[in-house]
Amino acid sequence: MAPNTHMIAVTVNGETRRVPENTAIAHLVRMLELDPLKVAVECNRHVVPRSTLETVTLSEGDVLEIVHFVGGG
Amino acid sequence: MTEMPTLSPESATDSWTVAGRTFKSRLIVGTGKYKDFAQNAAALEASGAEIVTVAVRRVNVSDSKAPMLTDFIDPKKTTYLPNTAGCFNADEAIRTLRLAREAGGWDLVKLEVLGEAKTLYPDMRETLKATEVLANEGFLPMVYCTDDPIAAKQLEDAGAVAVMPLGAPIGSGLGIQNRVTIRLIVEGANVPVLVDAGVGTASDAAVAMELGCEGVLMNTAIAEAKDPILMARAMKLSVEAGRSAYLAGRMQKRRYADPSSPLAGLI
Repeated sequence: MAPNTHMIAVTVNGETRRVPENTAIAHLVRMLELDPLKVAVECNRHVVPRSTLETVTLSEGDVLEIVHFVGGG
Repeated sequence: MTEMPTLSPESATDSWTVAGRTFKSRLIVGTGKYKDFAQNAAALEASGAEIVTVAVRRVNVSDSKAPMLTDFIDPKKTTYLPNTAGCFNADEAIRTLRLAREAGGWDLVKLEVLGEAKTLYPDMRETLKATEVLANEGFLPMVYCTDDPIAAKQLEDAGAVAVMPLGAPIGSGLGIQNRVTIRLIVEGANVPVLVDAGVGTASDAAVAMELGCEGVLMNTAIAEAKDPILMARAMKLSVEAGRSAYLAGRMQKRRYADPSSPLAGLI
């Protein structure tokens, strides 16, 4: 990462994280060591279609929810 | 030579269809409360179920290497039915299922909107509201509901592809508490009716099937059995037995005895 990269703060599943400006959501998901094909992402209460995860980029203050399927009845 | 009795064609090819998808197994099992994913997968195998319910939850971003359900139960082989467990209003449930659709890529979902934590009884006003919104968005909601024949019809009119009345409170294992209302729902419905919640042991599942339900959904009865895999098999057999008994048409009840051996020729 270039030394002068501007960092922004985003909230991921309730925790604040700093990421480089213009990070694509899919890139963030991979930075968290998750497979973008196995999760669903909501950004500011709107579902981000999987087909756009590579192109939608993060902005300061974005609130993300990254979910997957777990056991349940 | 006498002809060997055979299964009627109806029972040999028994299957049921929900929203255009056909399944052979009439048992839907949950994936919660198991000791581990391996036990869960083994119980699923023993149950013969083709559909499992799953919940939608936040990924643990601090431990992304934790085992995942999808590593043990292949969504390509088993239909995942995402639920809205834990949602107490229509908006939460709709939000959850929008995410579930993106995670799984399919529209068949289980809607449950709970009214309170103590009984986990459904909030039917919110459930109906959510059913309408989801159906308009192209979802195919199978809907957990009270055992109320009128509410069941309202859900059907709102776009439910299946109605799933509780037999007893979720996780209680009390069995089918009101056979009359379940039967009335079955008689009035034009979509599949499945008992969802309340089954405790195999005979409870058989009762649901004998009432004419298309299927039974359960989680705790299998997961909390001392031997979940054996109970899963018991449930498979009881659902099949109950369905066959329903198709066979039971004898009429009598108030008094009726001898099975001939009265003529007594010595």
